[in-house]
Amino acid sequence: MLSNLGNTLIIVALLISFLLVFFSFKEFRTNNNSIPGKIYKISLLQLFFTASSFIILLLAYVLSDFSLANVYENSHTNKPLFYKISGTWGNHEGSLLLWINILVLFSSLFLFINKNKDKDFKILTLLFQNILVIIFLIFLLSNSNPFSKLFPIPLEGLGLNPILQDPALAIHPPLLYVGFVGSSIYFSAALAALISKIDSQSLAISIKPWVLVSWFFQTVGILVGSIWAYYELGWGGYWFWDPVENSSLMPWFVMTALLHSILVLERRIGLYSWVIVLSILTFTMSVTGTFLVRSGILNSVHTFASDPSRGLFILSFLIIMVFFSIYIFFKFAPNESKKYTIFSKETFIIANNWFMIFFLGVVLIGTLYPVFLDTITGSKISVGPPYYNLVLAPFLIPLLFLMTSGPNYKWISHETKSFFDLVLVLSVILFLITFLLIKESSFLLNLILFFSIYLIIQTLFDFYESFKKKNINISRIISHLGFGLLIFFIYINHIFSQENNFNLKLGEIKKTDQYIIKFENLEEKSIKNYKSIVGYFNISDKKTSITKELKPEIRVYDKPITITYEASIESNLFSDTYLTMSNISETDVFNIKFQVKPFMNFIWFSVLLLSLGGLLNFLSRNKNEKN
Amino acid sequence: MLLKKVKIRLSILLALSVLSVLAIFLLFKVLEDNVLYFYSPSEIKNSDEINLKKRIRIGGIVKQGSIQSSERDIKFIVTDTKNEIIVSYSGTVPALFAEGKGVVAEGNLKDKKFFVAKRILAKHDENYMPPEVEESLNINAK
Repeated sequence: MLSNLGNTLIIVALLISFLLVFFSFKEFRTNNNSIPGKIYKISLLQLFFTASSFIILLLAYVLSDFSLANVYENSHTNKPLFYKISGTWGNHEGSLLLWINILVLFSSLFLFINKNKDKDFKILTLLFQNILVIIFLIFLLSNSNPFSKLFPIPLEGLGLNPILQDPALAIHPPLLYVGFVGSSIYFSAALAALISKIDSQSLAISIKPWVLVSWFFQTVGILVGSIWAYYELGWGGYWFWDPVENSSLMPWFVMTALLHSILVLERRIGLYSWVIVLSILTFTMSVTGTFLVRSGILNSVHTFASDPSRGLFILSFLIIMVFFSIYIFFKFAPNESKKYTIFSKETFIIANNWFMIFFLGVVLIGTLYPVFLDTITGSKISVGPPYYNLVLAPFLIPLLFLMTSGPNYKWISHETKSFFDLVLVLSVILFLITFLLIKESSFLLNLILFFSIYLIIQTLFDFYESFKKKNINISRIISHLGFGLLIFFIYINHIFSQENNFNLKLGEIKKTDQYIIKFENLEEKSIKNYKSIVGYFNISDKKTSITKELKPEIRVYDKPITITYEASIESNLFSDTYLTMSNISETDVFNIKFQVKPFMNFIWFSVLLLSLGGLLNFLSRNKNEKN
Repeated sequence: MLLKKVKIRLSILLALSVLSVLAIFLLFKVLEDNVLYFYSPSEIKNSDEINLKKRIRIGGIVKQGSIQSSERDIKFIVTDTKNEIIVSYSGTVPALFAEGKGVVAEGNLKDKKFFVAKRILAKHDENYMPPEVEESLNINAK
């Protein structure tokens, strides 16, 4: 029953979307000065029907209705309620429905909230957005229908992969999706802006909140994914330059570039075409990311059960979208003349854009090169961290420097020089202290360390200054501080991380340079949907004689039968102690990975700070509008 | 006057294109030096040019009954049904590593029969077969 209901709702939503496109098209370039009420009503109806279809799917998961093939394949009656719910978007079909819901939600929100007076601009944005909705609804119905029926109805489902039964991973996809799909609205708006020829300031004002929102969610989504990889995959790392991770990072680079360009566009005339190109590029990168993940052409630690026809659909869509955008762009692009000098704030902001585009290029090449090489020569390769570290690290230095001095450029010339020098002196002192503690010999790494400290100190001074003055952009300070801290702590973490791999039997002791690890006990437990083997380890530090108890687990899930290794992480403010155990030979020898990872919490915190800046900017903006 | 402007623009354009060509060239150079090539046990046996110093990936099926743990390391045999290679590894393996399942290992060859792994790759899905492994198995099945 839920299957029929779901299908009906989807089809009605599709018909309404067609209606919306039809009326928007008719409304375009009429003499009316305002959008007629019926378009608002239709948009609300569309939102109602798509949201209902999602709720129906959610309900099917909660009630374990196995007449839906999708529920049968991805759920199980014994699963905790929380994971039944998150199972809704833990698979390709369900996540596509979520994708469509966000498209529609943003479409309606834009229609209702955006205060732009230009009717043609709004109606065209709505038109383009709903063409996207229609395309993805057709994709859903023809190829990836979550409401497909199954007969005879099975009594029990296949279950959700236990590695995905995790709170972080339950919220990770929706967060990233708001980021990914959120970029659709400024893609539509950019195309609409070209055709309706609205001025640069109103374009900037119209798309800025959407860019901020999607950027914020994208950042937090990436963070949550990283945290999950850190404690669930059991390698103790948080970023692997894995192709799927790269797919989420690439749109982030473009969004960040866009965010900065809009700042220029808001105040000055300039960069109009560039902002449009970036808006189009962001959504293109989001769809590219989705294509790479869903088509299964990438060799990655993250895999969806892949289906070539899905990939083909997304690829065709991607190509048509890109060519259509290029056509619109060249047909309607305005002529611009540059009106700023070389040493102005604008130049620094554009410098940010060059870096972001360069990073994008590096990551894009690293991600796609294996795919091309495979297609052309048939040799199988993968591109690992060394490539990214080698290419990206040197460029962090000028980026950090520009982030430090750029925002204050105009400001410095008004102030006395002493303040600037104090920052520099403090940074040098702090750097020397850190250097003496670490004694890292690499010149490049030391430069990165110095410039990250310099950025941190400078933004802290700016923060202090912002209390005295009023006209300072607090969200910029917070985000830049977050980025400086992020680089600093990644660096420290990289230097001081320790890793030991060894095998132990119960009762044995392993001594490393600094720690004594004792395998004390082993216990078997039966928990709701899995059996757990818990190891008890006693870790003592030779220097401080502080001891810690770690309890890594081996879990054997029954539906489907899967083994997972749960890392045991003892996390305190400054350092994480990380231990995983596995037993693959089914003898009494256990394989142990023991790691000490300093400042992990600070890394998470830095990213949170970075994203918080975006959120603050969004909130303060809304407040200004109300006043 | 106009000519001068055009000249400046042209030289900027030229400089930019030379720079970007150089950048892309360097990028691919770094890329070439840092990629990991993937081989199946048969490819390793038949190839003469595999560099023992270079880090590579190998993959296939973990042979039934081949996993051995000692206090120092784990040893298992990776097979593509025609040829085999012994892999030695120390540390924990990812979930879903099991006899009869596909595996990808990253590390160095000691010789054509022995591989020292630094990392065993994790996978999400119990039904998932690494694409390289699947392909090399298909080739050998023919």
